[in-house]
Amino acid sequence: MINSSQHALKTLLWRDFTLAARNKSEWLNPLLFFVFAAVLFPLGIGPDTVILKQIAPGIIWVVALLAALLSLDTMFRADYEDGSLEQLTLSPYPFGMLVLGKIAVHWLLTGLPLILLSPLLATFFHLDFDATLILMQTLLLGTPVLSLVGAIGSALTVGLKRGSMLISLLVLPLYVPVLIFGANAVAASTVGLDISGHLMLIAALLALALTLAPLATAAALRASIG
Amino acid sequence: MTLLDFLDMDGYYLYVWLSFGLAIVVMLALVNGPMKRKKQLLKQLGRKKRRGQRT
Amino acid sequence: MLQTITKLASLRNFYFFCGKLLPWFAWPTLILMLVGLYWGLVEAPADYQQKDSYRIIFVHVPAAWMSLFVYMVMAVSAAASLIWKTKASEVVANSCAPIGAAFTFLALATGSLWGKPMWGTWWEWDARLTSELVLLFLYLGYMALQSAFEDKRTAARATAILAIVGVVNIPIIHYSVEWWFTLHQGPTVQVMQDKQAMDKSMLIPLMIMATAFKFYFATVLLMRSRNEILERESHTKWVQEERERL
Repeated sequence: MINSSQHALKTLLWRDFTLAARNKSEWLNPLLFFVFAAVLFPLGIGPDTVILKQIAPGIIWVVALLAALLSLDTMFRADYEDGSLEQLTLSPYPFGMLVLGKIAVHWLLTGLPLILLSPLLATFFHLDFDATLILMQTLLLGTPVLSLVGAIGSALTVGLKRGSMLISLLVLPLYVPVLIFGANAVAASTVGLDISGHLMLIAALLALALTLAPLATAAALRASIG
Repeated sequence: MTLLDFLDMDGYYLYVWLSFGLAIVVMLALVNGPMKRKKQLLKQLGRKKRRGQRT
Repeated sequence: MLQTITKLASLRNFYFFCGKLLPWFAWPTLILMLVGLYWGLVEAPADYQQKDSYRIIFVHVPAAWMSLFVYMVMAVSAAASLIWKTKASEVVANSCAPIGAAFTFLALATGSLWGKPMWGTWWEWDARLTSELVLLFLYLGYMALQSAFEDKRTAARATAILAIVGVVNIPIIHYSVEWWFTLHQGPTVQVMQDKQAMDKSMLIPLMIMATAFKFYFATVLLMRSRNEILERESHTKWVQEERERL
């Protein structure tokens, strides 16, 4: 059973990656948004190095959060509409595990590229090398939380025609802790404070989200399918 | 203490009375809402009933 | 015991049960409110530092307490409706959100009205006000989700999951905001510290007001629940009989 469920998970992941390879705009557009939106801030505020450096962690984190939000609507929608999601709920494998697999794919396609792109934004905002590294660390720990918590919102609204606006209303308040710890870790490091505590707190959030979010998402998907 | 002193609230009358006034307005509205809704529901039910008798 | 619970879980019985309870909450609400207001506004002495402006506490603090309490009630009945699939708990959970949102709004508005004379600004990114603001967003998100579904039972299940997710997140949000606040706290003096022991002359009216708010919540909750039951059961015979009786 364990081997076969591993096999099922692999098949599901492979399928999702193939679909994503064919439908590139789904995960490329949020990334482009991430860069575009961040560039708007210096244009709106002015090219003052000191100010930009000071607000960089907060802005990059907020923009990352919004980019993650943009990609949430498509997480389960296609599968819901063609009925494959319903098939997944009927499969003999633990549904929570399959859901976690889908969330992992979502993170690999939206969260991970975002982390790889973040040094580019860091240079735009004049962050130094150490701060950039810490920004990437916080994003590495924080973006999975965004995908996991966002999956709940995505699952709750998947049955609704106009769900995408609703997702942001449901999910944004839940993103507050990640934003606080993530952005403040980078800000604290720029003034030379120890940030291991921050990172541990984000890691704790990640552990909590990793255990509870797939269950809540699975329950929400079941409720949406009805 | 005169009534005016009481109303003046040491000069903080604006903040104190606005707070209490707002609380009372919101809380009354929250009671009024369901009461109105009940009347509306009963009316709707009545219409449904009459329609049911005609057919 | 179990039998009475399952009996109550039927919407018809729950409707009449709520009706019987209603006066036992409505009248005490009125009396407690009047006593609390008189005591708080007239009898209680003025604070030696904040003078009479501290009297805002008598609405601000009970409203802030209720904003959390209502969310707890909502989450518990949501959990009950997920576990036992009882319709009555669905109705209760559904009726909670607007009341909770109203209390949260009141806590924010009175906090701001208190902050103006104390801090000199209408809004301060104070830990408690900020987490109260996030709580308001949680309530509004819940209500938005509730109104997005057409089918009442699907809506009940989806919102129940959201309520439970929210209740897990509330302490996390609260502590993260508190931590964020201590990190950024400037030289401003914190005025809204109620950690120092309160004098009895102020504590008693505060407790009366808090109790009045609890009874008020129960009253409105019962009224809203009864309406929701009438709406859900409008096709049944007993609702028609009830209409004729009224």
